Amino acid sequence: MLTKGWVAAAAVCMRLSPHQYTVADGGQPHPGVRKLSEDNLIETLEQVYDTDYEVGQDNVEALGLEMHNPVFFASAALIVLFVSLTLLFPESSRAMLEATRGWIINTFDWLFLSAGNLIVLFCLALIVLPYGSIRIGGDAATPDYSRASWFAMLFAAGMGIGLVFWSVAEPVGYFTEWAGSPLNIAGHTAQARSAALGATMYHWGLHPWAIYALVALSLAFFAYNKGLPLTLRSTFYSLLGDRVWGRSGDVIDIVAVLATVFGLATSLGFGAMQAASGMHFLFAAPAGLQTQVAIIVAVTAVALISVVRGIDGGVKLLSNINMLLALLLLLFVILVGSGGNFLANLGTTFSAYLSYILPLSNPLGRADSAFYHNWTIFFWAWWISWSPFVGMFIARVSRGRTVREFLIAVLLVPTLVTGVWMSTFGGNGIEQVQAGVGQLSAGISDSSLAMFQMLQNLPLAGITSLLAIVLVLVFFITSSDSGSLVIDTITAGGSTSAPVTQRVFWAITQGVIAAVLLSLGGSAALGGLQAGAVSTGLPFTLVLLAMAVSLLMGLRHERTLLAAIELEPGAPVPGDNPLHPSGQTAVSGKQIPRG
Amino acid sequence: MFSKMMVPVDMEHLEAQHKALQVAADLARRHNIEVVYVGITGIAASSAAKTPEEYAKDLALFARQQAEQHDIATSSEALACVDVAADKDARLLQAALDCAADLIVMASHVPDVADRLHLIGSNAAWLVRHSEVSVFVVR
Repeated sequence: MLTKGWVAAAAVCMRLSPHQYTVADGGQPHPGVRKLSEDNLIETLEQVYDTDYEVGQDNVEALGLEMHNPVFFASAALIVLFVSLTLLFPESSRAMLEATRGWIINTFDWLFLSAGNLIVLFCLALIVLPYGSIRIGGDAATPDYSRASWFAMLFAAGMGIGLVFWSVAEPVGYFTEWAGSPLNIAGHTAQARSAALGATMYHWGLHPWAIYALVALSLAFFAYNKGLPLTLRSTFYSLLGDRVWGRSGDVIDIVAVLATVFGLATSLGFGAMQAASGMHFLFAAPAGLQTQVAIIVAVTAVALISVVRGIDGGVKLLSNINMLLALLLLLFVILVGSGGNFLANLGTTFSAYLSYILPLSNPLGRADSAFYHNWTIFFWAWWISWSPFVGMFIARVSRGRTVREFLIAVLLVPTLVTGVWMSTFGGNGIEQVQAGVGQLSAGISDSSLAMFQMLQNLPLAGITSLLAIVLVLVFFITSSDSGSLVIDTITAGGSTSAPVTQRVFWAITQGVIAAVLLSLGGSAALGGLQAGAVSTGLPFTLVLLAMAVSLLMGLRHERTLLAAIELEPGAPVPGDNPLHPSGQTAVSGKQIPRG
Repeated sequence: MFSKMMVPVDMEHLEAQHKALQVAADLARRHNIEVVYVGITGIAASSAAKTPEEYAKDLALFARQQAEQHDIATSSEALACVDVAADKDARLLQAALDCAADLIVMASHVPDVADRLHLIGSNAAWLVRHSEVSVFVVR
């Protein structure tokens, strides 16, 4: 039986100011209504974002469910269409979708890379600009989560799985020239070692997190500061005004839903294959289709429980558990692995990151096409296609932080954590190659096994490998869970109060798509749809650039508004939310007059 | 018999609670029971309000209108939480404890096919099962 996650709920619900009235209070003006001065500057400013659009006004309510028309129905129909086409013509649809992805990656490489660079610079600039002091949710807002839980949840949505799968395979791959090397640096050399660690860090560092931060900050700002629906289209309100509630907004939301559903479902499918092959490698468990489907069913089942328990009883709890498990694995590998080399590897990773960040960010005249296209641009398209999902989830849990605090936390902290993780696991992998120890020394055979091959040469390999599999599975559960939450919010037109049943629907949908694709179409079907999901990175690159402009306009407006409120005679002092009525009307303890 | 009544209010669907609100007000006037209107909102915009602060204001205004309309003593308590859909029930239960209510009066729809399809029941059903005080479910 699924139980409601009510135990942990109490901690995050905040109490808004209470109001007590008796009939004796009659005649007083409503406390929340602020008197406007003759100078109606504030009123004029507030009208800019004061849309008449009401959350849920386009929603259809049936069977107690709340669905946005047309986003819900168009998304559902397109999902069925794409899955059917993929299953009817697995090979040709894969060939077509992979060709599309290949064309996008090879033709628009400069666009992906330049956009990524611009977004990093934009986010870094916002940290130092005066906009940094704007608080998400208004001056009186307080964070809903502790920093530890918040950081744990940042990894839960989009990056956790990749960190486990790629932290050994990617640097070892570069070092051994498995599929291209950064800047064509010759493999198996001292320079290759630092380039491998630096390039891996580049792919998992500031750039992806800046992309996520931009989407998350835009969503959070327009939702919590401007009172717009918590959905992607709202982030364009500065540019498009009320037109965002029309067709253009529908398209943005629908593409975001499709990218998220297919990105998650195909990852779940591939993840099940990888986990099955990992179990086969470790315990000689059968790695066939039955095991893979069993893994999908198990992951989906736990995700369902987590979904029903809500963010606090579900994702937050699992993220915190997973952070502890990840920390345990990390400390173990630091201590028994390279030991004293840990600090050296860490130093190499960050110094190489610094020295290679500019050459690797250069979009012009690249000679290292294999590395540039197959790795960097592929990753960039991938991060961007995942940004609506990860951004929405981060926005959901980030109210109450200032813009500066938010960007420092979302950009810099994960980059540091990722650096420690990558230098530990990648450093150990490269050392094993250099020492000629274990299977890695023969190069990458199967990238999803690289982590296990590295762990095998350390003590307690059985336990650590099991820990790694559990980490991957739990990250899949948190991704599936947070993904369902995000898809549900977008398809409900930004309403966050739609019944939990809808999230259950989306979580099951992801599991079913993964299982059906895997069973009927195999990796061809999964690969095809995944290529399709990654291809949405191209339109979203343009969407992201427009979003940055829109966000800047929104932040400028907010600053002007805050300055106007501060200057207004008799205005509430900054830090005191003007919407919070003062205590004057609270009549706590007063005798109840009898009528 | 009762001294304080908690009435959970869904500001997004006020019209559907007309009867329950009437019953609560009648009980309150006849038996001199103080009424606390409790509303739970998410942190993002909803169809009821654009911000939690606006929601609190609207609920306060609502409580005031009820006081004037029915000649009863009322107060309001607005609570915001990140995941309102998942945490609403537990928050209502906690709110009943916090305001020391000894009676809960709330609306609930007549169970239909949706309730059988849903994995979870209505807010009212959950409160009846978990609350230590009397719960009057108005259909």
